[in-house]
Amino acid sequence: MGGPAGRLSGSASTGSGMFKNVKTWGPALLLVSPTIILVGIFVYGLIAVNIQMSMTDQHTARPSDEFVGLDNYFRLFADADFQHALRNLVLLTVVFLAGTLIFGFLWAWVLERPDRGEGFFRSIYLFPMAVSFIASGVVWRWLLSSLQTDQQGGERTTGLNRLLDSVGLGFLQNSWWSDPNWGIAAIAVPAIWQLAGYVMALFLAGFRGIPDELREAARIDGCSEWQLYRHVIFPQLSPVMLSAVIIIGHMSLKLFDLIRAIVPDANTYAVQVPATQMWVKYIGSDYADSAAIGTILLVLVALVVVPYLVYTSRQEKR
Amino acid sequence: MRHLPKLALAAAVGLTLAGCGGGDTATEADPESATGQVGIFTWWADGSEKAGLDALVEVFNQQHENLEFENLAVAGGAGSQAKSVLAANLQSGNPPDSFQAHAGAELQDYIDADQIEDLSSFYEEQALADVFPSSLMENLTVDGQIYSVPSNVHRSNVVWSSVEVLEDAGIDPSTAPADLDAWIADMEKVKAAGKTPLALAGSWTQVHLFENILLSSLGPEAYSGLWNGGTDWNSAEVTAAIEDYDKVLGFTNSDRDSLSDWAPATQLVEDGAAAYNVMGDWAQAKFEQDGKVAGEDYVYWPVPGTDGVFNYLADSFTLPKGAPNPGGTLAWLQTISSPEGQTAFNKAKGSIPARTDADPADFSEYQQSAMEDFKSDTIAPSLAHGAAVPIAWLNELSTAVNQFSTSGDVAALQSAAAASAEKFAQ
Repeated sequence: MGGPAGRLSGSASTGSGMFKNVKTWGPALLLVSPTIILVGIFVYGLIAVNIQMSMTDQHTARPSDEFVGLDNYFRLFADADFQHALRNLVLLTVVFLAGTLIFGFLWAWVLERPDRGEGFFRSIYLFPMAVSFIASGVVWRWLLSSLQTDQQGGERTTGLNRLLDSVGLGFLQNSWWSDPNWGIAAIAVPAIWQLAGYVMALFLAGFRGIPDELREAARIDGCSEWQLYRHVIFPQLSPVMLSAVIIIGHMSLKLFDLIRAIVPDANTYAVQVPATQMWVKYIGSDYADSAAIGTILLVLVALVVVPYLVYTSRQEKR
Repeated sequence: MRHLPKLALAAAVGLTLAGCGGGDTATEADPESATGQVGIFTWWADGSEKAGLDALVEVFNQQHENLEFENLAVAGGAGSQAKSVLAANLQSGNPPDSFQAHAGAELQDYIDADQIEDLSSFYEEQALADVFPSSLMENLTVDGQIYSVPSNVHRSNVVWSSVEVLEDAGIDPSTAPADLDAWIADMEKVKAAGKTPLALAGSWTQVHLFENILLSSLGPEAYSGLWNGGTDWNSAEVTAAIEDYDKVLGFTNSDRDSLSDWAPATQLVEDGAAAYNVMGDWAQAKFEQDGKVAGEDYVYWPVPGTDGVFNYLADSFTLPKGAPNPGGTLAWLQTISSPEGQTAFNKAKGSIPARTDADPADFSEYQQSAMEDFKSDTIAPSLAHGAAVPIAWLNELSTAVNQFSTSGDVAALQSAAAASAEKFAQ
């Protein structure tokens, strides 16, 4: 503080300014610092430990910390099982995203207009979201039973296959998640059922945010209904759409509990995704590979979320 | 933040060192003068397993009045939950006084990690080599040392059959098929009669079936060779065995992957929906529980082609390095290896004693026949239950076997299994 005499008055005012500042940001800092410290240790600190673990050769329970750099990552990406898991993850995410966006938009579009019954249907579509993945997974395990009526033991067929057969659509029966190539898409069905309602709520809010004047103006200018949507409504909805993609996308990347609840064995090849593989490796004491898969998942989720955060913070500044 | 991994590492190293300290004399602790609590870690938390543990604790309290049994059981997931808890405790240098583990190769991880003590001197003191079958002793011995004491033995290679379904298909339920081919011919008949020939469930039960078909097709010696490097996984015999497995798999219920555990598959036999189920002898307890009568409702025999072979799995107990009360641990090991302890435990759990000198009169009809076989048969180690290979190897094989369930690609299964063997066999 002790500056040259000529600047005394100036520094005094800075001092009192800083003092005033402490008064404003001091309590705030005090309030958030426990969180910062805890998050620092238990989130970022453990991420660091995890990354460090993923670069060791600890593939058994035997303690070992020899540094092997990125070897585990190279080996994983060359591994057919991990490639299969990544392919499954992409397939799951595409189907899950497409399903929730299409159904979510359709329902929002239908509900946007009528005055009656909206609250009722909105609740109906939103309720599945209140159920936990584990609880709904137990039910869907039964619904997605792979047994088909024309197969060995077919008299015990249950769930969707039995339903399809009894309404005369028996040819639509299939093995659901047991199919080694497309089985993971069956897992997306319950996921869509649970979250399409949420996307609908997002779109409904988006529709509500579009002032009626815009539509009226467009109509007066001679827009057809399609042109109205194409040039007026859709552009207004794109931020909502982006939020939906980010939220559903990162849920899909991390999806573990639903798969675990529907498929009895975590080590089931047909529905293996990195999250389940991470668990299998962990149970098998392959801590290095497990940590490496965890890190890859983290990076994948970050690739989705970080650009979004950057985008929204820029939007807010504007 | 950059220093955190180093800190964590330093802490881990410190704990490991602390864990090692004083471990040298643990096996020389005196079980007679030990006092205090003995913490025993198991996954025996309910059902017949809990009943067995309770019976064992009763014997323990009689034999060692100065000691107090502390139950550290962790429930859930057929031991998988318990194993993760245990791994964490061992890693942080906080071992129980003794923990349950499958006897055999599954212990390898703990041995490699230097987490359990050699119990050879305990075996000598108790003269256990005289009462355990020699082939079991061979299976338990790793580089001349023994690390665990078996409490009970289960048999893996048992077929449970529905009398009703077999009679409907015109098959005599009282005699077992002579070999695998005869059995497959019988399955053909069941299929023609419109029932599911063989009931099967998800992943580990498929590994269970796989090991028994390998055992039947290759014979006990070549089968054991698969795990110790004596048999070439790429050989034509193994190809033939996997083709047999493929054939047998074709007779199973097609929703096998969606059955969550062994019990729903065994239930199909009980309900008369399927003819056969290959399952360990813990299935006996289920049949009894559901009021079924052996010989009338169901029959059992060794998997065809494995007569005279006892495909074993066993639970066993260890002495962890750095156990807080090693004298208490040895007292516990004394109890579980004593005739009284083994009889009390196995009577309740439905398995059989590892000791061959237990009195058969104390046991049920099935147990008596299994005890008879255990004495005279060749002992083979079970793959699916930790006796044959370490966990990491088993995991890889499980993935390959499960993949086969949908792909049916014999060559892929064989090459995957061969690659795993090359990676893990010592």
